[in-house]
Amino acid sequence: MKSSKLMRCIGAIFSTAVLGAACAACLLASAFAQDVPDVGPKPPVVVKPMESHIGNLTGHAAEGKSDYRRYCAGCHGDYGDANGENAPWLEPKPRDFTMATFKCRSTLTGTLPTDEDLFNTLKRGIVNSNMPPWNTFSNQQRADLVAYIKIFSPRWDKEKAGTPIKVPEETPITIESIAHGKELFTKLECWKCHGPHGEGDGPSASTLTDSKDNPIRPYNFALGKDDSRFKCGVTNQDVYKIFMTGVDGTPMPSFADVIQPNDAWDLVHFLRTLQVHRHSKENDVLMAAHGVIPPYVDKNPPAAAPAPADKAPGGGQ
Amino acid sequence: MRTKQMQFVFLTLLVSSSLMFAGTVTGKVTYTGTPVKPKTIDMSKEPTCAKQHATPVTTESVVTGPNNALENVVVYISSGAPDDGQVPAQAVTFDQKGCQYIPHVLVMHTDQELKIVNNDQTSHNIHPLAKINQEWNKSQPPGTPPIVTKYDKPEFISVKCNIHPWMHGEFAVLKTNHYDISKGGGDFKLPNLPPGKYTITAWQEDYGTQTADVSITGNESKEVNFTFKAKAY
Repeated sequence: MKSSKLMRCIGAIFSTAVLGAACAACLLASAFAQDVPDVGPKPPVVVKPMESHIGNLTGHAAEGKSDYRRYCAGCHGDYGDANGENAPWLEPKPRDFTMATFKCRSTLTGTLPTDEDLFNTLKRGIVNSNMPPWNTFSNQQRADLVAYIKIFSPRWDKEKAGTPIKVPEETPITIESIAHGKELFTKLECWKCHGPHGEGDGPSASTLTDSKDNPIRPYNFALGKDDSRFKCGVTNQDVYKIFMTGVDGTPMPSFADVIQPNDAWDLVHFLRTLQVHRHSKENDVLMAAHGVIPPYVDKNPPAAAPAPADKAPGGGQ
Repeated sequence: MRTKQMQFVFLTLLVSSSLMFAGTVTGKVTYTGTPVKPKTIDMSKEPTCAKQHATPVTTESVVTGPNNALENVVVYISSGAPDDGQVPAQAVTFDQKGCQYIPHVLVMHTDQELKIVNNDQTSHNIHPLAKINQEWNKSQPPGTPPIVTKYDKPEFISVKCNIHPWMHGEFAVLKTNHYDISKGGGDFKLPNLPPGKYTITAWQEDYGTQTADVSITGNESKEVNFTFKAKAY
């Protein structure tokens, strides 16, 4: 009687213990079941058979791999995710190729750049950033690198590059053109970021952030002399493209929907005068006008609302 | 003759029954803990906007109501209901007025027309920070026509205006028409659900997502509540 009671008691204790252990194991298992990370070294980069086409040059991703790992990965990262070992110390941050968002394009905002756009960026470098001009490379090396950076985003598998915007022939550089450009600079509120004198000190300048919330500075037009460059080139055509297509990934928007092509040239001419220390035809024209930009006079004011038919000249019987 | 009539009756019954048995999921979204207090926005850098607001505007990332209600939460069917593929013909409008986005959270179906208008006397730049869809950034000075666009992939997209850093909105691009945004009391309602098993997701821009499974038979009404843990910062 006694022993059976004892046995039952031991049995109960034992079963509770077993149950408890099972429960603990269960809990442990469920804890481990939550998203077990893939531990160990990251898998190797899969080099997709990407190509680039610049003129009659053809670049191949596989050929670009060793150059990328030697010269680019330090900032842009082995995986193209802008997490290279130098990245934390860079300002502005290197491009993240997994996003396939590029600053210098001849194509509209939100579209992929052409191979030539990327090729030119490699050749030119990006002023005011840590991206140097890679002009020690051969054209073939640059073309291969353009192909290589496309392996990092699936957008390059699915989408085609955007269509380059049409840049009409440049209009004559006159003081009227500069005056109209100034009017646009004011009206489109370029000064909110770039400052009234283009010195990058507008009221919103200090609050600007890029698409990853890192602080970024607006372009200061007044810096530099004859060597001053824009982020995406040096020619008037380049300036035209910068504000029409926007600088994707940064606060600089596209103005393609809001500026007419000829008006855009007026803005280009005005922007050149903000480069006060750079010799240019625009600055010559401004000097000839004694350094004063006259107020803009609209030669073609928008047509007044049509008068009612009965009051129109020669109208009504 | 008679069998044909019977068939017809049967068919009509069948068709109408699928319409008749439409369940509803209702519920409340609430929070626990102490949510961050809305911050007052200083618009003095943009006088044309500042003068539109008699009382200073506050941030809208967490909007609360009485009894711990959480507003502006997008509640939608994330699985179970096959997307009927019907993209609403009507465009959704995202307004910029008084240097604020109206509405703060805008829900749209994939490929639904999105119209962005500027009703301010100042230039805005619309910069939706898409990661799955295409990121773009366009200037919209006052008096210019609306920007008409659409998104083809489901995604929650933060929208900002770089010129006015306090401006912040959200696009919720969904591949379903079964959605609601929690209102004043944290209430939401998902009507017209045919019988079936569903996963319902609630998304709050700062607190992330929560899901709940529910199964609907006939035209019953089920209650599903979501509780988010408020972050203190």
